[in-house]
Amino acid sequence: MSTTASTGAAGPRPLSEGAARDSAARPAVTEAAPGGPGRRGRTGLLFVLPFTVAFGLFMVWPIVYGIWMSFTDESLSLRGTSFVGFDNYAEAFGDPDVWSSLGNTVFFTLISSVPLVVIALAMALLVHTGLAGQWVWRLAFFAPYLLPVTVVTLIWSWLYQPDLGLGNELVTAIGLEPVGWLSDESVAMWSMAVLTIWWTVGFNFLLYLAALQSLPDSLHEAAALDGAGAWRRLWSVVLPQLRRTTGLVVMLQILASLKVFDQIYILTKGGPNESTRPILEYIYDVGFTGYRLGYASSISYLFFAIVIIVSIAQLRFFRQGD
Amino acid sequence: MLLGAGRWPRALGGTALIVMAAVWLLPFVWAVVTSFQSEADVTTPGLSPFKGAFTLESYREVFDRGNLPVWAFNSLLIAAVVTALTVAISTLAAYGFSRGTFRGRRALMALTVASIMVPPQLLIVPLFRQMLAFDLVDTYWAVILPQIVAPMMVFILKRFFDGIPRELEEAARIDGASDLRVFWSIVLPLSRPIVAAVGIFVFIGAWNNFLWPFIVTNDSDLMTLPVGLATVKDAYGTVYAQSMASALLAALPLIVVFLLFQRRIVRSVATTGLGGT
Repeated sequence: MSTTASTGAAGPRPLSEGAARDSAARPAVTEAAPGGPGRRGRTGLLFVLPFTVAFGLFMVWPIVYGIWMSFTDESLSLRGTSFVGFDNYAEAFGDPDVWSSLGNTVFFTLISSVPLVVIALAMALLVHTGLAGQWVWRLAFFAPYLLPVTVVTLIWSWLYQPDLGLGNELVTAIGLEPVGWLSDESVAMWSMAVLTIWWTVGFNFLLYLAALQSLPDSLHEAAALDGAGAWRRLWSVVLPQLRRTTGLVVMLQILASLKVFDQIYILTKGGPNESTRPILEYIYDVGFTGYRLGYASSISYLFFAIVIIVSIAQLRFFRQGD
Repeated sequence: MLLGAGRWPRALGGTALIVMAAVWLLPFVWAVVTSFQSEADVTTPGLSPFKGAFTLESYREVFDRGNLPVWAFNSLLIAAVVTALTVAISTLAAYGFSRGTFRGRRALMALTVASIMVPPQLLIVPLFRQMLAFDLVDTYWAVILPQIVAPMMVFILKRFFDGIPRELEEAARIDGASDLRVFWSIVLPLSRPIVAAVGIFVFIGAWNNFLWPFIVTNDSDLMTLPVGLATVKDAYGTVYAQSMASALLAALPLIVVFLLFQRRIVRSVATTGLGGT
């Protein structure tokens, strides 16, 4: 065994502990550090230190502070804060804007997640058929995912422009009435979903494509030899093999959709008539426009509780399937 | 080959693929066409993409306003620093979690993994408070620091380090190499693809991040590209060609990066199983 002289700060390990473990576990070590536990005990700590400091400052502390804030009437405009117990939470439960923005969020999640999974799968299956020009297809489907949200909203506000935009040019060209893509209450959220599908489907597409490329061909070939047609092979061989990937994609997608904010805030500010305002925008409005940081925090944590419940429910669901 | 030998399924699949790709590229194409027209031609109704003469007028206008290069510089600087710091502290931490034996290692790792679930938006209000307290609002550091905590990346890297056999490291240690030396000269070179993957995702995330930079920067000279563009969006009003020109200019850098590193990006999604921040 080498000495730890060169590690400086780490210093030598307590000899007895390390030696005892070494002799016992030496031959079959895989999990426990074979270099001799304890030897790098404190050095490991140094490796972890910078991350831990940042993690504590910018993750743990804000979470804890946020919880505390949710029990106060902290405000950006007033000095002096007092403890208000569960008042904020009680108010949130009775706040119709919380419920309506939550409803909008759930609606958006439903209408965006389903196509974001199905279309991504279709794209990956089609690209995987091996048609020439792979990089063109990958670029076409994945490139929008690389765009900053403001670029996406600039492009789509032009497409959705009521008088000159491509959307209404196409609609009127086939003889229909122009649509108020972002101004009609019953349409605006669907427009947001379409924009979001175009923007983010590329990521799910890549996950599916990677999964498809790693599938073994053998099962598939066997099915083909047995005379199974293309559809039959897709349904009975390929899709079942993609179950795990689908679980992952669905889970990530639902979590991502629940967190919708940026594109809606930029394009409609939640309008018209708050029909597109998601819960995160309401939190933003309460905290940064209404200056009520304490109340905003309490809604944040209620929302976080929902996110956790949804995640656990999904984990359970997909575990059960396996 | 998924659809196998059947000629009809192949033809059908090919057609569907071409149609889908065309639909996905259409918004880009439309933006490009618009950006090369004069504002007057853009506002003439009609479906033809070639309504007016080709002109670079809108690009000239955008550059004359002068803000775009400043924002692009800020974005590049911030994304580069975030990427460097995140990759540095995450790889170190992941290695420490993988090989270290210090007390509390498991608990700290579990906490890190659990924090993957926390939506970043949840932290916005307290983080803003914190930046006020540190007097960092409207500085690069306020934009950068909260972004360097990437528990997902630590998790991905640790899983990778766990899979590296330890014999190599031990051999080096017998030769008297320090832990840091072993990490730097043996582990890191073996991990180049995964570190590159993590770096690419962190960079894309930082380059595109909107909400946090939007909240902590008010000074136009410190804004990143996405934030800056959002502030002028309303000011643009009816100048569609110019807004398309600036959108495309802002989109260009990452599209170029993607074209250069395409294989690596696609592969890294497969190796990490995940991406984004």
